[in-house]
Amino acid sequence: MPKLVFLATDIVLYLLLAAMAFYAWHALRTPTLRQAWRAVASDSAAMSAAVVLGAFLLVAVLDSFHYRPRLPAAPGVAAGAPVAYSTQTLSVLDALLAGPREAREKTYSVPLGTHQYSKESMLVGGKMIRDFPRLQFGGPHLKDTGRDWIGDLVRRSAAGLAGGALAAATLWLAVAALRARGTGVGIRESLRAIRHKTTYIPWRAMLLTAAALALFVGWVAALWPWYHVFGTDQTGNDILFQAIKSVRTALVIGSLATLATLPFAIVFGILAGYYKGRVDDVIQYIYTVLSSIPSVLLIAAFVLMIQVFIDKNPQMFETGVERADVRLFLLSAILGITGWASLARLLRAETLKLTELEYVQAARAFGVSDAGIMRRHILPNVMHVVLIVAVLDFSGLVLYEAVLSYVGVGVDPSTNSFGTMINSARTELARDPLVWWNLLAAFAFMVTLVLAVQLFASAVREAFDPRSRAFRPHRAKPAAGRARGAVTEAP
Amino acid sequence: MISYIIRRIAYGVLILIGVNLFTFVLFFTVNTPDDMARMNIGGKRVSPDAIEKWKVERGYDKPLLWNASAPGADKLTNTIFFDRSVQLFAFDFGSSDSGRDIGYEIRQRVGPSIAVAVPTFLLGLFVVIVFSLLLVFFRNTYLEFWGFAIAVFMMAISSLFYILIGQFLFSKLLKLVPISGFAGGTDLIVFLALPVLIGIVSRLGAEALFYRTMFLEEIGRDYVRTARAKGLSETAVLFRHVLRNALLPILTSTVAVLPLLFLGALIMESFFGIPGLGSYTIDAINAQDFAIVRSMVFVGSLLYIIGLILTDISYTVADPRIRLS
Repeated sequence: MPKLVFLATDIVLYLLLAAMAFYAWHALRTPTLRQAWRAVASDSAAMSAAVVLGAFLLVAVLDSFHYRPRLPAAPGVAAGAPVAYSTQTLSVLDALLAGPREAREKTYSVPLGTHQYSKESMLVGGKMIRDFPRLQFGGPHLKDTGRDWIGDLVRRSAAGLAGGALAAATLWLAVAALRARGTGVGIRESLRAIRHKTTYIPWRAMLLTAAALALFVGWVAALWPWYHVFGTDQTGNDILFQAIKSVRTALVIGSLATLATLPFAIVFGILAGYYKGRVDDVIQYIYTVLSSIPSVLLIAAFVLMIQVFIDKNPQMFETGVERADVRLFLLSAILGITGWASLARLLRAETLKLTELEYVQAARAFGVSDAGIMRRHILPNVMHVVLIVAVLDFSGLVLYEAVLSYVGVGVDPSTNSFGTMINSARTELARDPLVWWNLLAAFAFMVTLVLAVQLFASAVREAFDPRSRAFRPHRAKPAAGRARGAVTEAP
Repeated sequence: MISYIIRRIAYGVLILIGVNLFTFVLFFTVNTPDDMARMNIGGKRVSPDAIEKWKVERGYDKPLLWNASAPGADKLTNTIFFDRSVQLFAFDFGSSDSGRDIGYEIRQRVGPSIAVAVPTFLLGLFVVIVFSLLLVFFRNTYLEFWGFAIAVFMMAISSLFYILIGQFLFSKLLKLVPISGFAGGTDLIVFLALPVLIGIVSRLGAEALFYRTMFLEEIGRDYVRTARAKGLSETAVLFRHVLRNALLPILTSTVAVLPLLFLGALIMESFFGIPGLGSYTIDAINAQDFAIVRSMVFVGSLLYIIGLILTDISYTVADPRIRLS
C-alpha cells in the first residue's frame, strides 16, 4: 500500500470541485441561475470550449492524487521493520504515463526522432567516430531507421487516427441515441438534428471538438510508446509529458488565485458599499494603496519573502514535490492578496446601488440586522459580478504565471509549468541549430487552454450581463439573415 | 478646481505614505535584515561575522524605528526606517545592496525606458483605434467576424511568445534588426523597431476588443441616428461623429497610464537588453537586491498616483458636464 500524500493545492482543488458541484446543484434549483446557464449551454463556442476544458480538468484532477510508492524491502531486513517509502511523490497521472516519464534521453531530440540532436563520440567496431547516437526510447524497434522510420510512422499514425475516429463516431452515436431517448424521436431523426444544428445544445460543435480531441489523443497514444512525440528537452525529458504536467499548474494558479481574491473582495467591497462613510474611506484607502504598487513588484516582494521562509524551514517539507507545492500554493495566495482591488471596487459600486433599492430599505425597516441584510439581500445579488470577474480573470492569471516565471518569482523551478517551458525555450531559440519544439508544445497547449477559458468566460459574461450581449459579432448570413441583422442591430 | 487638486494631491501623499509603511513592514519586519544578509551572502559563507559585516556596510545594523542609544533627534533619524523609507520622499534613494547609487541609476535609465515606451504607446494607440474602428465599420460582415476571431486568438497568446517568435523571425531568420541592445543616435531606430512592433502587436487583441465595445456603445446613441437620418454616409457618421465622441473616454482612460510610461516595459526591456528601468527592476529582483526593489515600488506608486490625479483632472477638462467635488 503506497503512502497517500495530500498536498496543499490538492486539498484546495478537491474543495473547489466540491464547491463547483454544490454550485451546479444550487443553480439547477434556482430558476434565474438555470436560465442564465441555459444561455451558456446554447452557445456553440462556449460549449466547444467546455469540452476542451473538461479534458484539461480531467488531466489536472488525475495529476492531483499524490502518493509515495512503497519501496521493495531491502534484503536482510527483518519482517517487522517499518516500511520504507520512496522520496519521490508521484501522482496518478505520473503512474498512467510512467512510460514517457521514465523514457529519458541524454539531451535534445527532434519530435518523433530516432537520433539525438547533437553529435557524440562513439566507439563503433573499435573505431572512434563522431555521429548522432540512436535514442534509447525513440523508435528503438526500428532496425534500419533510414528505411523503416517513415513507414512505421505512417502505419502507427493511421492506426491511432483510426482508433480516435472510431471513438469519436461511437461518442457521436451514443449522444444521438441518448438524445433520441430523451426527446422521444428516432435515432435517425436525432442524428439529422445534430447535423443540421437544430438542437438547443450545440451538440454538433461539441461533438466535432470532441472528435478533434479524440483524433489527437488517438494519434499520440499510438506513437508515444515508441517515440518522443514532441521531442525531448535539454536534459532529455519528454516534452509532451512536461506540457501535460503543466496543465495542472496553470489550472491551479488560475483557480486558486481567483479563489483567494474572493474573500477580501467580497467582504471589503460589500462593507464599503453598505456602511459608506468612514468604513468606505478606510477600505478605499487600503485598496488604493495596494493597487498603486506595480503588481509585478508587489508579487516579487511577497515571493522573495516566502522564499526566505521556505529556505529557513527546510525540515517542514519531506519531499521536493511538497516544497514546490507549498510555493505554488503561496504564490496563488499572493496573487489573490495582491489582486482583489479591482473586484472590490466593482462590488462596492454594485452594493452602493443595491442599498438604495426599496427591498433593502424594507428589510431595514423590518429590523433585519446589518449582517443579515448583507448576507441575505446583498450578497446573492452581487454574485453575478463575482462570477463574471472570476471567469474573466482566470485566463489572465494563466498568462501571468508565465511572465512571473520569467521574472524569477513564479513557481518553483522544479515544477512543470508553461512559464518554465517558455523560459528554457528562450535559450533554445538562440542556439544553432535551433530547438523549436519546446516552444511549440508550450505554445500549443497554452493557447488552447487560454483560448478555451476565454471563450467560455465571454459566454458566461453574456449570460449574466445582458448588456454585453449587444457587442457580440455577427457573421453575415444570406440575404434574409442580413436584413434581420440590420433590424436587430439598433438596441 | 485648485482646492480640489490640492485635496487630491494631499490624498496622493497619504497613499504614498501607506505604500511606504507597507513596504517597510514587508521588507524589514516580515523578513529581517539578517535574512536578507543570509540570502545575499548565500551558501556556505554564511557566518555570524559575515552577516554582521554585510549589515554594517549597508547600514542595516541600526535599529528599525527607535534608536535609544543616539542623542537627541537622532533617536528618530538614525534608524533604518528613517534612512530607508522617510528619505524616499526627498527622492534620496540611497545605495543599492550591491553598493551603487540608486538615484543615479534611475536618472540614467529613464531615457531608454521612455524611448521605448512612448513610441509603443502612441503608435499602439493609433493602430488599435484604426483596427477597432475597422471592425466597427465592417460590422455584421465576415470581415468583422474574422477580425474579431483573430483579435480573440491574439489575446490568448502570452506576450512572451510574441517576443520570442518576433526575435527569432526578424533578428535571427531575416536579420533585419539586431536581437538586442541599445545605442544612441540614428542606431536607436534599428534597436527600437522590434520592441516597439512587438509591444504594439502583443496588446492589439485585447485593446482592440475593448475599444470596439466603446465604439459600439457610442454608435447606439441618438445623435448617431440623427446623423444617419439627415443622410450622412456611414463613413462620415463613423469618422466624424462616433470617433470624436468615443475618443473622449479613450483619451481620458489613457491618461492614467501616461506616467507609468517612465517605468518602461518590464519584460520587453529585459528581453531586448534595453538599459531602462524595467530591466533594472527585473535584474534587481533576480539579484534579490531589496533596496532597488523598494525604491522602484516607491517610484512606481508615485507615478500611478500622478496618473490617478491626471485622470480626474482630464475628465473635467474633456467633459465640462462633470463637476469636481
